[in-house]
Amino acid sequence: MEKKYGVYVCKGCGINDAVDVERLANVATKDMKMPSCKTHDFLCGPEGVQLIKDDIAKEGVNTIIIAACSPRVKYEEFDFPGTITERVNIREFVAWSQPPKTEDTQNLASDYLMMSITKAQKVDLPQPNILEGISSTILVIGGGITGMTAALDAANAGSKVVLIEKESQLGGFVNKLYKKIPTSEFKEPLIIDTDIDKMVKQVEGHSNIKVYKSAKLEKTDGQPGLYDVTISANGASETIKIGAIVMATGWKPYDASKIDHLGYGKFKNVVTNIEFEELAKKGNGKILRPSDGKEAKRVAFIQCAGQRDPNHLPYCSSMCCVTSLKQAGYVRQNPDAVAMIFYIDIRTPGRLELYYKEAQNNPGIMLTKADVKTVSEAGNGNLYVEAENTLLGEKIKAEADLVVLATGIVPTTKESQEYQDGLTQAASKGDEAKKAYLESTPKPEFILNLSYRQGPEIPSLEGAYGFADSNFICFQYETRRTGIYAAGAVHQPMNMMEAQQDAAGAAFKAIQCLDHISKGIAVHPRAWDETFPDPLLIRCTACKRCTEECPFGAIDEDEKGIPYYKVNRCRRCGTCMGACPERIVAFKDYSVDIIGSMVKAIDVPEEGFRIVAFTCENDAYPALDTAGINRKNIDPSVRFIPLRCLGGMNLVWVADALSRGIDGVLLLGCKFGENYQCHFVKGSELAEYRLGKVGETLNRLQLESERVQMLQVSISDSDKLPGLINEFVEKVKEIGPNPFKGF
Amino acid sequence: MSDIKGILIIGGGMSGLTSAIEAAEAGYKVSIVEKNPYLGGRVAQLNKYFPKLCSPNCGLEIQFKRIKNNENVTLYTLAEVVNVSGVEGSYDVTIKVNPRYVNEKCVGCDACAQACPSERPNEFNFGMDKTKAAYLPFDYAFPFRYVIDEKSCADNCKKACLDACKYNAIDFNMKQETINLKVGAIVMSTGWSLYDAAKMDNLSFGKAQNVITNMMMERLASPNGPTKGKILRPSDGKEVKNIAFVQCAGSRDENHLSHCSYICCLASLKQATYIRELYPDSKAQIFYIDIRTPGRYEQFYWKVRDDKGVTLTKGKVGKISEDPATKDVIVEVEDIAAGNKIKASFDMVVLAAGMVPSTKESTCGMNIPLTDEGFVNAPSLQKGVYAVGTLKSPVDVARSVQDATGATLKSIQSMVRR
Repeated sequence: MEKKYGVYVCKGCGINDAVDVERLANVATKDMKMPSCKTHDFLCGPEGVQLIKDDIAKEGVNTIIIAACSPRVKYEEFDFPGTITERVNIREFVAWSQPPKTEDTQNLASDYLMMSITKAQKVDLPQPNILEGISSTILVIGGGITGMTAALDAANAGSKVVLIEKESQLGGFVNKLYKKIPTSEFKEPLIIDTDIDKMVKQVEGHSNIKVYKSAKLEKTDGQPGLYDVTISANGASETIKIGAIVMATGWKPYDASKIDHLGYGKFKNVVTNIEFEELAKKGNGKILRPSDGKEAKRVAFIQCAGQRDPNHLPYCSSMCCVTSLKQAGYVRQNPDAVAMIFYIDIRTPGRLELYYKEAQNNPGIMLTKADVKTVSEAGNGNLYVEAENTLLGEKIKAEADLVVLATGIVPTTKESQEYQDGLTQAASKGDEAKKAYLESTPKPEFILNLSYRQGPEIPSLEGAYGFADSNFICFQYETRRTGIYAAGAVHQPMNMMEAQQDAAGAAFKAIQCLDHISKGIAVHPRAWDETFPDPLLIRCTACKRCTEECPFGAIDEDEKGIPYYKVNRCRRCGTCMGACPERIVAFKDYSVDIIGSMVKAIDVPEEGFRIVAFTCENDAYPALDTAGINRKNIDPSVRFIPLRCLGGMNLVWVADALSRGIDGVLLLGCKFGENYQCHFVKGSELAEYRLGKVGETLNRLQLESERVQMLQVSISDSDKLPGLINEFVEKVKEIGPNPFKGF
Repeated sequence: MSDIKGILIIGGGMSGLTSAIEAAEAGYKVSIVEKNPYLGGRVAQLNKYFPKLCSPNCGLEIQFKRIKNNENVTLYTLAEVVNVSGVEGSYDVTIKVNPRYVNEKCVGCDACAQACPSERPNEFNFGMDKTKAAYLPFDYAFPFRYVIDEKSCADNCKKACLDACKYNAIDFNMKQETINLKVGAIVMSTGWSLYDAAKMDNLSFGKAQNVITNMMMERLASPNGPTKGKILRPSDGKEVKNIAFVQCAGSRDENHLSHCSYICCLASLKQATYIRELYPDSKAQIFYIDIRTPGRYEQFYWKVRDDKGVTLTKGKVGKISEDPATKDVIVEVEDIAAGNKIKASFDMVVLAAGMVPSTKESTCGMNIPLTDEGFVNAPSLQKGVYAVGTLKSPVDVARSVQDATGATLKSIQSMVRR
């Protein structure tokens, strides 16, 4: 596209009071040689917008630079499809945060304008990268209640679904259940049929669903929209095209024999909650205990059998309290029988409280807060449950003819994640340690078997204990493997009803992902982005930094170590661009050259300080805008450059800035480590890591390391941020001007 | 897909935003009807989320950015659905849009608010401070546009803001509008309101000045709240160094709310960290029946529990009163584990008040099957209408988001079926 530029400067919102707009316009036309620069009192108003539209229509303007308010506002007014539009934030960043009509304020506005014009000169309009042969089939792994719900929900919305189940029949754990709790009204009947058979029939009979039973995923090759998935079932192996994946592989019960004091494995009449379901199902409601087949009439339920215990499961399983309340209902089908529930806290959140209430009102269900200390033999197959810290403050010893341990859930992803983490750790110690690890550690069964350079499974999340969870409260399906969405108990501890809701959510995200891929746009959180990384591989040195640092495993390597991008896995954060020492990764509107040229566009006077601040556009940038809205003053020597993510921060910018006489460089990123905030996983952490290596450059230039600093900023820090930035500027001023000024 | 009608999303909190934006990003037209002048609902009022202690504005910023980049979203603020007729795949919806008195020309420059002589209680901060009658709901508000509370305008003062606005953005001739929409499916995501704590006579809310609710605490702790995040008590502006949290203030009580409100245990644990972080010499005591921190939230519970400045006491608070001289708050409670009665004095007391489903205020012009507690009885809903999140049962943000995402798929099914 041959660019025809139009520069527009708004005089409204105090801009005209803060800067000499005519001088600013001269910067555009004289210094930057733009063909024209128009000013307007109220650019976002109907007349102002019409001015721009007329230039587009009559003059053929297609590259528009608007110096006005923040790009976070007036986005509808300044939306000119088919053009390159650059917004220069001289309202929040200049007029609202600087004293009016000073030379510093004028220079700041002028630098921002030059930076944006420079950017507009370098930017190209994106062409979406649409790959051929996209499959819209959804693969659901796991045929339990979650997987079947996901399959049905996707199929009923018109998608083709392939469902694979490792067992010989569908249904998962629900097959073992005698009854379930009602879905909405917690009144009699309090236990109802699961109707799992009906659901299995629906799934197996659905024209959009193909089911593989006794099946395993041998290999998942490729990328979203273009997965080649190899399924082995009944001795045969088949490779099929898949678009996106719902992982609903569920959970395993925690091994109760690890909890020494509860007697599981020692006493026949100590069973788990799952085994209790099987007993109830086998006896069609009658509970015949394992040791002698006698009907159990005094059943003790021990809650948190492993859960909420740092030595076993350091989380709550979310479903065991309700399960025991339900199972107490099984016991009470015999009016002569009693159930005793020993708990730490009864957890029936939300409306489930009403289910708890019903149990409390049942005269044959005794509920006691207690720390159970031991389970021991009482003769005749009966057992003593001894507990302390009961509500009465006493120790109690209760006799039961059957003890049920409310054991918790372990996600099916846990073992493979632990194995992979162990492998990564060993590999970091060298090839020998890696070899030793591989030889000594039994390889667990993998679920996805991805042929990704970064490993075969969804990577573990710190503090998630093996669950395939999202790191984000607001975005429950923000997966670290694009196109693969976890649901149900492998996602988080949850009950059956929650798992079914979650299944619908994950199925939807899979469908949505394929819609985006078919249009060549990114998926969340840059769901509008048509750009994609386009590396100039001819200059690649196979250093592998991009393939290692990509947060989404989007880049594989060929046998020579040259990266190849699987663009449908990519989330467009630009981490590879920041990682690349050869600076060869570029997006149409975002590249090492574009940002570097913006840095170079800053006018560095011989007198006075200049600081450049690379700024995370999701958190730090809005915080700065808000500081402007609240008219907070920020030192006028600072120029903010937004980045998609600090993971895109390339060290060459720092070197270039400092060698041009810029006095300091600030990085404004988000919190990292546990509970990290970065939506591209490790952006700010990587930026900090790279900064650690900038020392070399600084040494070479004989500059002080304090000239470069990173701040971890939250979006709500708008009150503190100006102070922190000004502090940094003061520190740089104390060090003194950069000696490279004027060179 | 061209003949497909849109989806109506009633309520623009985190659930509604999720349903709407997810559908829009899958290519469906959506209309969001929000009663407030801004989006974000309850989470916009929160200082931080549990358990990550991060700002909800971060997620909202992404949501708003998604809206800005998606032409499928139509937004109606200050609006409510008054009537719905039709069946799955074809609904006629009537929306009432109340006048904002500020049009799309508003640039957000604050000139009107500066000129405005009238004040109004700030409901965003639960009345703990005031705004001008011309105001921006809060500094991260989306849409970023001022609003005028015309009822609060002093007599003959409309001229002040009209004169102050250079952009002809103020229009007192705006009238309530009625808009008719045709949609294929409806997602109800109108959320919840806080149980009126004054109904619990023994807890002295509204009588003892330093007894506040958990939602008020969020605003006190917020940097953009009435005390700029300082947590100063209402009676005398003293720094709060000794605080009590009263759990199940209304929840799990058949005289008030028979359900558990899911989030209050976690909210109080979180709010204990606000105080402990702000004032290292502070103490917090939480009085509870059961601590309910399901799933991985357990770790958050442990973290707060292990803080030496935090005490957890099992017991339901019987009485709260005010020391007339100091305005300190006296809490009387039976310590169930120790078996004795506690009477202790605090600088301030936070009532962990519960969730009331918004069906109590409106069922959006529809005949909606409800449970005894007023939640939507989802299995009995007609096909084509979906209730999400806290409308069905109290839940946290995470589960609201899951459910809202799933509801998008159900809505699409409704349109596929037709």
